[in-house]
Amino acid sequence: MKTFPMGGVHPQENKLSRAKAIEVLPLPEVVQIPLGQHIGAPATAKVAKGDKVLTGQLIAEATGFMSANIHSPISGTVQSVDMVENGQGLRQMMITIKREGDEWVETIDRSTELKRECTLEPAAIIAKIKDAGIVGMGGATFPTHVKLSIPPGKKAECLIINGVECEPYLTSDHRTMLELGEEMLVGVEILMKAIGVDKAIVGIENNKPDAIAHLTELAKKFKGVEIQPLKVMYPQGGEKQLIAAVTGRQVPPPPALPIDVGAVVCNASTTYAVYRAVQKNMPLIERVVTLTGKGVKEPKNLLTRMGTPIQTLIDAAGGLPEDAGKVINGGPMMGRAMINLASPVTKGCSGITIMSGQDAERKEAGQCMKCAKCVSACPMGLEPYLLSKLSKKRQWEAVEAEMITSCIECGCCQSTCPAYLPLLDWVRLGKQTVMGLIRARMAAQAPKK
Amino acid sequence: MEVLFYTILTLCVLGVLAAVILYFVAQKFKVEEDPRIDEVEKMLPGANCGGCGFAGCRGLSEALVKRDDISALFCPVGGGDTMKAVAAYLGKAAAEKEPQTATIRCGGTCEKRPRTNKFDGAKSCAVAASLYVGETGCSFGCLGYGDCADVCTFGAITINPTTGLPEVDPDKCTACGACVKACPKHIIELRKKWPKNRAVYVSCVSKDKGAAVMKACKAGCIGCGKCEKVCPFGAITVEGNLAYIDPQKCKLCRKCVNECPTGAIKLVGMDPLPKAPKAAPAAAPAAAPKAVEGPATIALKASGTNPLSLLNAKKAVMDSKADKSVEGTVVALKESGLKPLKYMR
Repeated sequence: MKTFPMGGVHPQENKLSRAKAIEVLPLPEVVQIPLGQHIGAPATAKVAKGDKVLTGQLIAEATGFMSANIHSPISGTVQSVDMVENGQGLRQMMITIKREGDEWVETIDRSTELKRECTLEPAAIIAKIKDAGIVGMGGATFPTHVKLSIPPGKKAECLIINGVECEPYLTSDHRTMLELGEEMLVGVEILMKAIGVDKAIVGIENNKPDAIAHLTELAKKFKGVEIQPLKVMYPQGGEKQLIAAVTGRQVPPPPALPIDVGAVVCNASTTYAVYRAVQKNMPLIERVVTLTGKGVKEPKNLLTRMGTPIQTLIDAAGGLPEDAGKVINGGPMMGRAMINLASPVTKGCSGITIMSGQDAERKEAGQCMKCAKCVSACPMGLEPYLLSKLSKKRQWEAVEAEMITSCIECGCCQSTCPAYLPLLDWVRLGKQTVMGLIRARMAAQAPKK
Repeated sequence: MEVLFYTILTLCVLGVLAAVILYFVAQKFKVEEDPRIDEVEKMLPGANCGGCGFAGCRGLSEALVKRDDISALFCPVGGGDTMKAVAAYLGKAAAEKEPQTATIRCGGTCEKRPRTNKFDGAKSCAVAASLYVGETGCSFGCLGYGDCADVCTFGAITINPTTGLPEVDPDKCTACGACVKACPKHIIELRKKWPKNRAVYVSCVSKDKGAAVMKACKAGCIGCGKCEKVCPFGAITVEGNLAYIDPQKCKLCRKCVNECPTGAIKLVGMDPLPKAPKAAPAAAPAAAPKAVEGPATIALKASGTNPLSLLNAKKAVMDSKADKSVEGTVVALKESGLKPLKYMR
């Protein structure tokens, strides 16, 4: 069974909601839409307080190429465009809309029947994806149109669809593949056409045999699409890990991108969103969110409009468990704990994991015993103990030389550490600081050119 | 025995030979360096704290010797005296800078600013700040993990376990600025150092609106602007819901301290002004003092709003060391029409 060559861990899978069919969450009364919910420049608001908006209407426009459009997930009145606290309690520009009825933009096709044929040119497909504001829905929220716009001089050889979902607990991609598999495969065809390749591989971890069987059956009707089962190993859903697992090619360290080895990777839910955008004119206004956790009464997969308060989802799954210690936006490995449950579901929010009791608490950190478990667990071949130590000492030049920018923040090091050291906390700080220094350096060099 | 003799002899000869070679090599590759750099380095405190902007004292001394204009260079640890000595030695004009001290601009103690959540990540302000807003409802306040104390090479900052806030020992603080750089919330400011470590400053950096501040912390600045109105020197400005006292303009008159409804303006090393002096004592006006009469007398000229007169009044207080017993201070008013200090606007 294929997997990536270096490092990785296998945490408890805990896919509690794997057998739960996608449920449609009732329309929220009020939504908050952050303008920056993707990598790149935050979008520019196109509406003001008091404006009436329809479902699917553009409310914020991409600021430049590396940005994404944002559409209204409900119809109603804009209540404010203001700084609002996000899940981490930090202020962020958000558009607040109060719902009135359910009126849609006319061009959107809301029927559920499959529309297979796509006669658009590649450029038109990418333009449609850009208009729909699609970003990577696995969590990284990289604008999809940027990924598909292959820079001159480079050539895509293969499209890889990320159906790995290696993060414990989460099942939103799994359910999407299972229930909306055919639509997703049409999306794969569209993406293949957009980047001009005739081969696509859908990578799925072996713990989803039903999805593998279902898609293998469906893929017979699609030319050039191959389903690749993969060994269960975290973080296989990382872009570079998946490329290595599926093609055996190693993406060089930054600033190299997957396209340098001829690969374009797209998440399964994103691919479904691409199908809807291109074939049905449906902008990215809803997504499947897994609401899960050991203490949760009914773990669920909820089809949720963007901007819905997370509290609403928790209520739909039976409320917050009494011994809840942490509510995590994302999965337990890469997610971020939240302090504000009124914060909204965003494009990159694939799940909400509620950790209860002892699971929620970190154990007290001891001393590094140089066992090097973190080194063997690191899928990027870094030395986390060293990076964290140097970051703690604020030796930014040294951490940069140790390739800290290659870190994908998967958390394997921290989860494997027998001394419970907060390795990732320090590494993340070091990475952020070094990235800032690199940006400052580039900005200083730019005027000279 | 013979073996031992030859061994020692061989080693000695080799040693002498190597010394001779090294001598000539050293002559050939000798690096000419200005001997003044060493001298200047000796004059500097040798703390190697980096407060001057150079990696260490050696870097600063090189710059001091090599640059013609040294007015931009300053050693915060050594202060004006060291710079004067160095400048005199080098025959250049030294920069003049008043002594400064690090000031913690947050009064959100555990008691005044309740914790709303618990952070269990790496105990570092920088890490916490990069992840989320912090353990309290205030997004501007001190996180309390002590990054400032960690970077202080002089041991001047300690975290007080009861308040959860850092405290600066002004006698140890050299104003090197390491803590200012380390604080991710930009709470620490280098402010003018008054004699006896006296200080008046706004102990809050929250730019939240008043209601939000009140909700999160009982000691925060709500931007009401009362202090701005009462300040006779125009030293206080309220911008973005936050008052700031300009250390250059402030004369430590302490009027703002009594005005502040939340106690966000902090007074250090002095007693506050009497809360509400009802009326001037009857005996005092009759004396009509020209300047300072007794150690506990403040004389005010008729034009009480004139900053100069107040300056004199303040000076009188400082000179007379009356500040330790303000309770007994007699406010003498030259003309009966003048209101007591507290009400002068």
